[in-house]
Amino acid sequence: MPQFAILIYADESLHAVRAAEAELEENHQHAKDLSASGTMSLAYALTPRANAVSIRRDSTDAGPFVQADQFVAGFYVVDAPDLNSAVAIARLNPAVRTRTGGVEVRPVHSGGITANNK
Amino acid sequence: MVTAPTDAQAAVEMASAVETARITATLIRVTGDWSLAEDCVQDAFARALVDWPVRGIPRNTGAWLTTVAKNRAIDRMRSAASEKRAVRELAILTELEELPDGSGGNPGADDDRLRLIYTCCHPALPLDARVALTLRTVAGLTTGEIARAFLVSEATMSKRLVRARAKIRNAGIPYRVPPPELISERTAGILAVLYLMFNEGYSATGGATLIREPLVREAIRLTRLLIGLLGGSPHEPEALALLALMLFHHARRGTRTDAAGDLVTLEEQDRGSWDRAAIGEAMALLAAAEHMGISRRSRPGSYRIQAAIAACHMTAPDAGGTDFAKVALLYDHLGQIAPSPVIELNRAVAVAMSQGPEAGLALIDRLEQTRSLDGYYLLPAAKADLLRRLGRRTEAYREYCRARELAPSEVERRYLGKRLAETGPGSSS
Repeated sequence: MPQFAILIYADESLHAVRAAEAELEENHQHAKDLSASGTMSLAYALTPRANAVSIRRDSTDAGPFVQADQFVAGFYVVDAPDLNSAVAIARLNPAVRTRTGGVEVRPVHSGGITANNK
Repeated sequence: MVTAPTDAQAAVEMASAVETARITATLIRVTGDWSLAEDCVQDAFARALVDWPVRGIPRNTGAWLTTVAKNRAIDRMRSAASEKRAVRELAILTELEELPDGSGGNPGADDDRLRLIYTCCHPALPLDARVALTLRTVAGLTTGEIARAFLVSEATMSKRLVRARAKIRNAGIPYRVPPPELISERTAGILAVLYLMFNEGYSATGGATLIREPLVREAIRLTRLLIGLLGGSPHEPEALALLALMLFHHARRGTRTDAAGDLVTLEEQDRGSWDRAAIGEAMALLAAAEHMGISRRSRPGSYRIQAAIAACHMTAPDAGGTDFAKVALLYDHLGQIAPSPVIELNRAVAVAMSQGPEAGLALIDRLEQTRSLDGYYLLPAAKADLLRRLGRRTEAYREYCRARELAPSEVERRYLGKRLAETGPGSSS
């Protein structure tokens, strides 16, 4: 079954280190629906912009790697028969539905969780 | 750099899925000429198939295709206009030349596609023409492909499409998204066309095969496209539910017939071979549709209820484990918002499964007396199944005979023939 990574782009991550549960509700519900339906195999929510560190050969800077209005706030991986299905699943993301950002779908080439003792 | 032919071909297919409607819609808007727009888009994809394997896949495939299709339209309009340089044609040429090449970033493109779908599904067109025109113009299928899907000759389908386009021109069917007071009714009409297209492919009427895959695939693809364009609209939950419903049915495609091409009923299908990914996507879509419906306080429409019914079947560990009481209740809801004798028949079957064959048979008898399903083969077929389960074999045999006479496809006739043999005189079961 092909896998697709869905990268969430938003102005800011909702997941501040001490975020209130209520702020995260819509995201949690969506994650629950995806897990229950068996399409999502892995998901990570990332902390806000300010917690990012970008490293280049000559510099180490605070903030996301690409300077843009929106940045990657999280990502998850879904199993889908083809790109069109993955796009339909991605479109359900609250970031798209609430127009606070958007998502990028990327077919996975290879990979997975690498440690066996997880 | 030369790209491997398979990569280039995959890129053309992907672009075709994502870009066809967008580019066609824009060209139609500017030129007002449906055939010209469709031909030029086909030409662009034909060029891509030759060009990309040799010169590499362009970085922005949508922009490349738009430019090629646009230039092709300009060439054709120039040579047609050179004899009689009508002012209107010159105006169109100017607008074509000024058309931006980019795609995706062009905010008007989605509006163009919506206009196209609403125009193809205009209620002034006959229903079969709506489906054919949508397949040709929005999905980009060739006339030959559509003709084969509907089991008519290419000439017949070609005439049907010409007539539909002429009607759009002559009857002045507007190329636009309908005004707010009409949009609700018209969007419901589009969902109906898409569901009809799906059903026509899923339980093909006439012909030797049960499923016409291209129709099913295109209906699913177009529903996805529509959902992408309906974001935030009150119809979004129903459109999501319709897609879920199609995917639930489609997930069973490999198990509906056996190796010999014979029909396998839902309860006998190999559930392990159902397409888990399609079911997963459908469950996610249905859940989203329900949350949206709740947060917008909209009452569930018929697709949401039908998808919920399908979900009961698709998530049961085995046929016996299906929550038939819930299914019967959902059919009851469905019958209230969209009364139909077919829904009543389905409810009767669900009642038979949850409360016993006698209860179901009583409902079917009552339905039969209304005569609203005369000529519909599934009524005697359902009745026969219940009679057989009650051990009333002579009556079951008679009903299977009636059902077989009325069955619309060869596959269904063969299935009923097998059941006949099981209940007929001299059989041991």
